[in-house]
Amino acid sequence: MNQEIIVAILATAITAGTPILYAALGEVLAERAGILNLGVEGIMLVGAVSGFILALHTANPWTGLAVAMLAGGLMALIHALLTVTLKANQVVSGLALTMFGTGLSGYLGKAYVGKPLPVPFKVTPIPVLSDIPVIGPVFFQHDPLVYLSYILVPALWFFVFRTRAGLHLRAVGENPAAADSMGINVFFIRYIYVIIGGMLAGIGGAYLSLHYVPSWMENMTAGRGWIAVALVIFATWNPANALWGAYFFGGLDALGFRLQTLNVMISPYFLKMLPYIFTIVVLILVTKRNITNHIGAPQALGLPYDREER
Amino acid sequence: MTKPYLIELKNITKRFPGVIANDKVNFNVKQGEIHVLLGENGSGKSTLMSVLAGLYRPDEGEIIVRGTQMVFRSPGDAISAGVGMVHQHFKLIDSFSVAENVILGDHNVAPVLNMKDIENNLAQLSQRYGLHIDPSARVWQLSVGEKQRVEIVKMLYRGSRVLILDEPTAVLTPQETAELFKNLREMARSGRGVVVITHKMQEVMEIADRVTVLRKGKAVATLEKKQINRRDLAWLMVGQDVVRQYKKKSPPGEHKVLELQGVHCMNDLGRPCLQNVTFTVHSGEIFGIAGVAGNGQRELAEVVSGLRPVTGGSIYIKGNEITGGSPRRIIDHGVALVPEDRLGTGLVPNLGAVDNLILKDYRTGKLQRGPFLNLRQARENTKNLVNRFEIKLSSLDAPVKLLSGGNLQRLLLAREITAEPHLLVAVYPVRGLDIKATEAIHNLLLQQREKGMAILLISEDLDEIFKLSDRIGVLCNGQITGIIPAEMTDIEEVGLLMMGSDQAGEIAL
Amino acid sequence: MIVYGTKYVIEKKLAPSSSAYVVIPFSSIILALLVGAAFLVLSGHNFFEVYTAMFRGAFGSTYGLSETVVRTIPLTLTSLGVALAFRMQLWNIGGEGQLYMGAFAATWVALTFPGGSAWWVMPAMILLGMLVGGLWALLPAIPRAIWGVNEIITTLMLNYVAIFWVDFLVYGPWKDPHGFNFPLTATFSSGAILPSLGNSRIHAGLFFGLILAVIFYVVIYRTRWGYEIRVTGENPGAARYAGINIKKNIMLVMFFSGAVCGLAGMSEVSGIAHRLQHGLSPGYGFTGIIIAWLSRLNPFVIVIVTFLFGGLQVGGYIVQTSGIPSSMVTMLQGLLLFFVLGGELLTNYQVKKVPAKKVTAAPAGDDSV
Repeated sequence: MNQEIIVAILATAITAGTPILYAALGEVLAERAGILNLGVEGIMLVGAVSGFILALHTANPWTGLAVAMLAGGLMALIHALLTVTLKANQVVSGLALTMFGTGLSGYLGKAYVGKPLPVPFKVTPIPVLSDIPVIGPVFFQHDPLVYLSYILVPALWFFVFRTRAGLHLRAVGENPAAADSMGINVFFIRYIYVIIGGMLAGIGGAYLSLHYVPSWMENMTAGRGWIAVALVIFATWNPANALWGAYFFGGLDALGFRLQTLNVMISPYFLKMLPYIFTIVVLILVTKRNITNHIGAPQALGLPYDREER
Repeated sequence: MTKPYLIELKNITKRFPGVIANDKVNFNVKQGEIHVLLGENGSGKSTLMSVLAGLYRPDEGEIIVRGTQMVFRSPGDAISAGVGMVHQHFKLIDSFSVAENVILGDHNVAPVLNMKDIENNLAQLSQRYGLHIDPSARVWQLSVGEKQRVEIVKMLYRGSRVLILDEPTAVLTPQETAELFKNLREMARSGRGVVVITHKMQEVMEIADRVTVLRKGKAVATLEKKQINRRDLAWLMVGQDVVRQYKKKSPPGEHKVLELQGVHCMNDLGRPCLQNVTFTVHSGEIFGIAGVAGNGQRELAEVVSGLRPVTGGSIYIKGNEITGGSPRRIIDHGVALVPEDRLGTGLVPNLGAVDNLILKDYRTGKLQRGPFLNLRQARENTKNLVNRFEIKLSSLDAPVKLLSGGNLQRLLLAREITAEPHLLVAVYPVRGLDIKATEAIHNLLLQQREKGMAILLISEDLDEIFKLSDRIGVLCNGQITGIIPAEMTDIEEVGLLMMGSDQAGEIAL
Repeated sequence: MIVYGTKYVIEKKLAPSSSAYVVIPFSSIILALLVGAAFLVLSGHNFFEVYTAMFRGAFGSTYGLSETVVRTIPLTLTSLGVALAFRMQLWNIGGEGQLYMGAFAATWVALTFPGGSAWWVMPAMILLGMLVGGLWALLPAIPRAIWGVNEIITTLMLNYVAIFWVDFLVYGPWKDPHGFNFPLTATFSSGAILPSLGNSRIHAGLFFGLILAVIFYVVIYRTRWGYEIRVTGENPGAARYAGINIKKNIMLVMFFSGAVCGLAGMSEVSGIAHRLQHGLSPGYGFTGIIIAWLSRLNPFVIVIVTFLFGGLQVGGYIVQTSGIPSSMVTMLQGLLLFFVLGGELLTNYQVKKVPAKKVTAAPAGDDSV
């Protein structure tokens, strides 16, 4: 393969990884607060369809994006209500959310299937930076949402590990009883981050329908929401690590696509399996690594908090 | 003594489903004093203090802070009113640094954390009270004593005027205890009020300016320092004369049932726990393990029942080596266990009595019918046991989590005893039970002893150990510091052994 | 200053009320239908007409009823399969993939011995379908048992792999040369086809579900192994304490869970499609999860609830002709689960009114400390 192809694959890896990245960042926040949200896939779909519909009607991808965030936040609110206030089983609630989101997005998007979007997020090369050889075309010839994620990742890392609010977030996920005893409002914090997590997943979904494809198809996320959930474990609940993981999976996507066009003698169906198989392999390796290094999920992940429990 | 009250609790009542934990309790703290709250386990001390710390909301009563009535809706409210609590089970986040734990929930800290500055401030604050801690250390690296200091610094940092410590010495060595008491005295001198919750009389004698005694949820007396004496306190606390040993009909047997030879094991954090533990329990003998909680009692029970791997030494049941055996193999060798955590380990809370009673013998004997369970037999057995052990059930299939503590323990004991084990390991068998239920359980244990069962009794309650045991082994820092026949010793001597050395220490009632 | 007001808190109840077990599922169904109606109205449909049409379509005619039963067959199997795993708190979300792998294995038998109307073809299809479905579920069970690798994600990922595998076969090596390039295999010979009832599409696979429901019940409530599963699912700590081999049971339970889902796939190819094809299952594996949860993992309740869900799916299919997207059914299923989850809490918790008072800042004292 020559340099051009490699550069193209790397650039596509970033584009393909970005929706997963947004969703994974959202899930990092929710899980840091102690709430496992398995509804990411459903939230992304609702984000994708609502973003697409609004962008189409307003002829502006940014309104689409805003609505996708709103829809994602509302979807996550259902999960927060069920798991934080009503203390429902987080696994089942998340599955219900994915089911609901899949159905809702299909329902809302029925009339829009396959319609082209005249106003997708456009590739806007960054002046000067995009002219750097190799680096430029790989990192700086993208759409605004990719650039936004470049800022978001370090910002979230800083927020989680270097600020007071981030400290409170981590405390709630690690030991809600301790946080509560120090006057931190556990319920409020869990609500907030589950909702923000949903908004980020909404962006991830909208990225697919507003740039990556850009069009609406039923079930267009094709398991990316689930990959994002797996990615959080891979990233050891650290926003910065989520970046590499997302680009790795994006790269697998891109590679499969490229190999097909290069007439490599591998069935496209096997290439399509790659990201899913890799997710499993990576999850096994990472779980083993996390055990030996004593890196664990936030201690209270998946557990409802009940103050008067005796 | 005209110093103002920092805080007053008036007629506090707190009910939990089925229990009145506090019944119209009055309690107050003056500036500059150390006020000890004394009472047996289950007398309502911790509940009262949780009310004061904003964790529980009282059903009735008032909280008055420096003359103003207040309602604490959350621990945050209590902290901002100047009430800080150091819980028995520390409320610390293990993966955080000391400094991060201390500033948690403080909204006066800058939004972007400057840990260097914060750590320097903390170092100064802790120096002032002689509390030595490293603000940048991770909590999981700290010893128990250090963790407790972090909790205290946390409350001082948040400006607590009233500092409550729940059973602070339960997990400390004598040296650490002495150090703590010095620090507490220093804090009182600086004008704060200190509340120490305990069930140990020695501590009252050592540090109390005043003492309030709690019994069965009621405050029975508040005494000034000069009025305090041991006899009265004991009587106030228990409400009856202390029972000495139960009468035993027969002497213990000769056959060795359980033998531990130089057993070592690790605790949950992978640090050495039991060290070179050697002792023998004979048939028809109750062997009591005394010691301050957290000195390896739980681990000892788990090692004997196969739930925790042994890292050295060997264990024999009736001469057969079972070291490293699976729980199942050890059960098959006739070892029964009444675990510390009844609902969490010993029983299945959502299943009914029938399903819980067959937990150990579902795969053996009469209950087996090919791959099937003989359910008719199981129900029959359950009915018999429920009658024989006087377990009060609404129905045979109602989830057992609905039972009271006494009934749960009877159910558990019924199952473990009817398996006719050679050895019964009972961990804190009467913890949380009222006096009537306690006596019933004790009688059950004595009956089994008469029948020739070997019983390893692990308890933090020295009184219980003395009442039941034939011999007493003292466990301290994972080591057996002495084994003495019960009739040849007294509480004082065992108390000394619990300290691991012959220096004067505390005496638990 | 003290501010008085009223606040509601959620408190644990000591004993759940038994009436809740009946009231909550029914009110959940009604609430889900109401919210669904709101969506229908918002998109300009008459919800009453739509619901009536769905009900008539599913239960109002012999044809509709028979189609409902046809849907019930795979759904019963997948829900029984995942319910077995859920009993042990194993989240097998991979029923869909296990179904496809079962279908693949059964198809292999049928295609390898074409024209073979030998007596053993059908049993071989059943056994191999179950075996491969079970092995597919064992794949994620092994890392789960040994290292605690999250089985939710691994089982789910394997769904995609299984579906692509079947796609590879029906678009590639197994494609019927006489199939006008459609993604399907050749039709099975008669020996590989499950007998069906009269002219309807109801086939003998119905008995698989009914028999397995009974077996499920007997195994769970009457056998020693089932007892181990129940204890482990309710309290793993107690299971360890009782000497139960948890790792072994994780693998066994997942294997059988997958085997039953595999049987669903076998019965679909052998009883309905009579060939392997792209898009064999419209999400039976996922719907099975909902049914299992709604039925509180009780096998007989599963059979009844499945019948309702079969009707829901057929009804959804019928009203597609009047412009209602079939995804409405998926949405209703999700809504139903929300309400059941929320309602379940009302069995264990109660809402209690408490006076809320506002605390004022501590009065200023001397802060000379």
